[in-house]
Formats: sequence, C-alpha cells, structure tokens
Amino acid sequence: MSNIGSYEDRLKNFAWSIAEDELDYKSGEIINIGWYCSDRICQKGKADKIALYYEGFEGNEKKFTFNDVRLASNTIGAFLKNLGLKNEDRVCLFMDRIPELYFAFLGVLKIGAVVQPLFSAFGDESLFVRLDNAQTRAIITQNKHLSKIRKIREKLPNLEFIIVVDQVRTKKTENREIGFSLEDTPPVEKFTIFPTKAESPSVLHYTSGTTGQPKGVKHVHYSLISQYLTTKWVLDLRDDDIYWCTADPGWVTGTSYGIIGPWSLGVTQCVLDSGFSAPAWYKFIEKYKVTMWYSAPTAIRSLMKAGDEVVKNYNLSSLRHLASVGEPLNSEAVIWSERIFGKQFHDTFWQTETGSIMITNYPGMKIKPGSMGKPFPGITGAIVDSKTFEPILETGKVGLIAFKPGWPAMMRTYWNNNEKYREKFVNGWYLSGDKATIDSDGYFWFIGRDDDVINTAGHLVSPFEVESALLEHPAVGESAVVAKPDEVNMEVVKAFITLKPGFTASSDLELEIMNFIRKKLSSLAMPQEIEYMDNLPKTRSGKIMRRVLHAREWGEEIGDISTLEND
Amino acid sequence: MDEKNLIEMKDLVLNYIIKEYIDEDEEKITYDTALISSGYVDSFSMVSLLVFLENKFKIKIPSSKATPEAFNTVNKIVDLVNQYIK
Repeated sequence: MSNIGSYEDRLKNFAWSIAEDELDYKSGEIINIGWYCSDRICQKGKADKIALYYEGFEGNEKKFTFNDVRLASNTIGAFLKNLGLKNEDRVCLFMDRIPELYFAFLGVLKIGAVVQPLFSAFGDESLFVRLDNAQTRAIITQNKHLSKIRKIREKLPNLEFIIVVDQVRTKKTENREIGFSLEDTPPVEKFTIFPTKAESPSVLHYTSGTTGQPKGVKHVHYSLISQYLTTKWVLDLRDDDIYWCTADPGWVTGTSYGIIGPWSLGVTQCVLDSGFSAPAWYKFIEKYKVTMWYSAPTAIRSLMKAGDEVVKNYNLSSLRHLASVGEPLNSEAVIWSERIFGKQFHDTFWQTETGSIMITNYPGMKIKPGSMGKPFPGITGAIVDSKTFEPILETGKVGLIAFKPGWPAMMRTYWNNNEKYREKFVNGWYLSGDKATIDSDGYFWFIGRDDDVINTAGHLVSPFEVESALLEHPAVGESAVVAKPDEVNMEVVKAFITLKPGFTASSDLELEIMNFIRKKLSSLAMPQEIEYMDNLPKTRSGKIMRRVLHAREWGEEIGDISTLEND
Repeated sequence: MDEKNLIEMKDLVLNYIIKEYIDEDEEKITYDTALISSGYVDSFSMVSLLVFLENKFKIKIPSSKATPEAFNTVNKIVDLVNQYIK
C-alpha cells in the first residue's frame, strides 16, 4: 500500500492540516526548515540513522547521520552568526554537490537568513545579476569557483563575505574572503535557532523569463507543509527507503526534494557529485540499493540512448518507485522504464514558483504514458482560456495551466519585482506559463510553453538573457535566440546572428562565441548551434520576430507575417 | 601516426581543455583524467569541445560517436579523432 492510499479518498478528505499535524506544527508557532530537517529528526529517535551517503567523482565516499547533519548545520549557523549575519540576510550557496552545500542550506535557515542557491556552473555574468538583484551579503563557495566571484566582487558592494569551505586548498585569501573548514571547526552542540514563522522568507531561487533579468522567487518556511506532504504521497518515501534525487540544489528540485522533503521525513538519501554516465549511475543505484529514484527526462533519455545492454551488468532490483521532473516525460521513456526496470517513471509537474509538486501521477494510479497526471489533493488545477482566463471545460482543448492560489509552498513574490509577481495572477488564477489539455478522465497532457522561454534538460533559459550576452561579443551585430528540438534535452539553445562589418563568418568564430556565452552565462545557455544570417526577420517597427525563426526550427507554420519587414 | 605526433596531439587537446574548461587552480589534469564523469566538462559543454576538435583537425565526427564515454579522457578523445583523420 502506498502512502497516499486512494487518490479519490484523499481528494474528498484533504486539508493541509494533515501535514501540520504530522509535523506537530500549530498555526502562529515557530516553523524553521533547518530545525525540522535535523534537530526534530534527532528528537524523534533517529539521531544515529544515516541521513546522507555522499560520493564524489574521485570515488570519495562519506556518510553522515542525522546527528552529524544537526551538528554541521549548527556549526555553520554559528559561524555565520559570528560574522554578524542575521535573519533575512541573503546568503548564496555556490558550490558543487558537496556535503557542505547540504549542511549550509540548513545552517543558513537556522539563523533565519535566506538561502540563495545558485548552480555552480553559472558564469560570472549570470552570478553577478543574481547576487546584485538579491543584494546578497555572503556567498559560500569552493576554491574552484572563486575566480568567477573575484571577477565581479568589486561591482557588488553588498557582498561582504566570501566564505571558502575548502580553504586548505586556497592559495591565498584576498579581499573579503574567509576560509572555513567544517572538519577543523569544533562542532556546535547547542545552537539557538532563529524563531522564524510561517511567512518568514526561507529560500530564494532564480528563474528565467522571456524578457528582463532572471527573477528571484521568494519562498517561506511554511513551504515545508507542501514539500513534506508531496514527498510523502507522491515520492512515496518511507522510513526504510534509500532515496536518490539526481537534481542539483542550485535548482528548486534539488532543495524542495533534494533536501527539505526527504530530511523532514527523516529518510536516508544519497548524492552523487559527478557528471552523467549510464554505467556510473547504474553502479550507484546498485551500490547504495536505491529504492526511490527521482530524476529528469533528459537523464532518462540519455540512459535510453546508452542502450539496454549496459543495464544488464547491474543489479537494480532494489528500485521500488521512480519519478521524473523538469520537462514533459515522453511516453517512450515511461514504456522503456517499465521494460527495463519493471517500473514506470511517474511524471511530476511543478515549477520554481510553485515550490512543490502540483500535477502528478500517484503511486497506485493508472499511468497514461505521456500524461502529466492529476492535481495534488488540495490543489485546484485547471486549463484556462488564454484570452478570457475562464476554465475550459471541453476536453482536449488547449489552454493555460492555472492554479487557484493559496497552497503552502506558493512563491510569495519575485524579489524586488512585485509588479511581475502580480502579473502571474489573473482572474483569480496563478498562471503557470505552460499550456496543456485535459482528457475525459481528468488527466493533464502537456503541450508546451506559452512564451519563448527555452526548457533545456529541465532548466529554463531566457532567450533575452542569451541575446543580450551575444551582443556583448565584439563580432555580433544582432541576435535572436530560440529553442531547437533535441532528442535528449528536449530543447537546446540556437542563436541566429548577424555580424558587424569587418567580421567574417567561420566555424572558429562560432566556437569563440559559444565559449564566450558559456563562460559568461553557463553551459546550459551556450548556443548549441549558431547560424549566421545576413538579416534577422523583423517587424516594420524593427522588432526581431523570434517566432518566425522558432517556427522554422520546429517545422511549423510561420503564421501571420503581415508585420514582417520587407527586405 | 608516430609517437611524437600523438603526444603533440594529446597536448594540444589537453591544453585546450585546461584553458577553456578547467579553473586555473585545478591541478593534476592528465591524459587519463576523467573529464565528463568528473564534471569538469558537462554534457552541454561537450558540444563546444566537439566543434573545437572538428575545426582543429578538419574532421566531422558523427553525433552518435560523440558520447560522454568517448569524450571522457584526453586519450579517448584522441583515439576518436584519429578514427576520422584521413
């Protein structure tokens, strides 16, 4: 029997107080995610239970109990507090998936400060705009990422502390840099946790939109309620599970379900800090006897591409439940996983803004391969008309995926951009920006984005951000960036550019521009293909018509081009 | 290909990878250092590495051959490139 039991019964009898009661939380009282994920689990008698199995790419293995997690997060919290950091200060985590990242996440929350996790592969420009926007006071990082921070720190007057966790390897600390070694710091047994309340800010994740700079999505400690219950009912985590979430905590899946969900339930999880390879992943599952695996369609398609033979070398019989997130899970992947693992991947749909799973396939529920599933109990989901914003009752008709606001993990605002936040709510609905249909059984079917944002391997990339960065390259005159279909990553970034006078198109220049974007933004944002154009399609008013280029890439009808400028 | 040319080729690839993908403070990058499985070069960055190899050696490597396994070390990359050099 799964944790959720009967989906229909849960729908009838649902209240978020189910999670509040299980977490012993009462409205108006203190709620601190850092405490819930460590101290509380120890108090429940699981202090000696393994919280984390960690494996680095060099075969470096470590394991930590919940008591270790409690002490480590206390120690980091105390260190930050001694520096003068306080509640609501923004503290950025800019690290690979090393244990300190997970402990610092809880340590920052314990002092009441706001965690700002950022993907460690971000280039200096991507890092700068996010730190600048959040007016971040401290960043916790590794020696290997220090050079990117050194490039931008002079432009960041609010950034007072650059904390380097592997200081031993640091050649020399410079301006504002402080070394901190968890192993060399005496563990702090008793630490007074800041009394955060339900609406106290907790996590600030950045996400990309079609226009403008990335937006900081502000979450609060009360998000725990949704994250706890969805982890329990959707991911079906149980006390004896070994859980593997393959997401990086630089993104929301890696925090909501890579830290908060499993640890608030007191479940053991494992982390593999290395690049993707099918044999390495299968070996990891076999070695740690992973029972619940939460991954992404891109990874699943990469495993499919690696072939069926490689699976036969490993014993994967420990796997009990599989789920996927980040992009639509294609039906072939669901069918493949059933054939290979004897289990179907369960698609889950949610966003940085929603903070927790919204539409999904539940354990025990019939999966229609390719479908997103049904809304989580307590979530009112609908497909609304893109003009009237009224729910579409007709099955099979495309509309916008929308939710009635008010679930615990819903974002509370975009940092310093309340106007953009308000635009997300129309006619009493939160608009996700994604399109779908509903079938006669109430299953949602994903269609695509309602905007130009590129979803590559489950990560959103803003075409605007890439176009702007391209224009900073001395050779680029104009730029337009669109999604290009990709067998594994679903979409990848493709750039169309015109060159300034004096520059000649060549594949060497293409490589130079690719690397320019990779270092400035990130490898995700790097165009996988650059096409040189004499002119870009524009409206008569001079606006570049991305949709013409997008349609060309996807083999779609170009649509109305009456406003297209004549050459 | 004689030993001297092979070493030159490996050094060329190695130096490019160090220059483009690996932080200046990183040490001990050799012909056998795991590049992809270590996370030094991610799957997205592999595309730019492929473009470099194709430009530099005037070859075309089919995308089906440009796998994480084939790109995992300098030795493997050079083996792959040599299959396409006429």
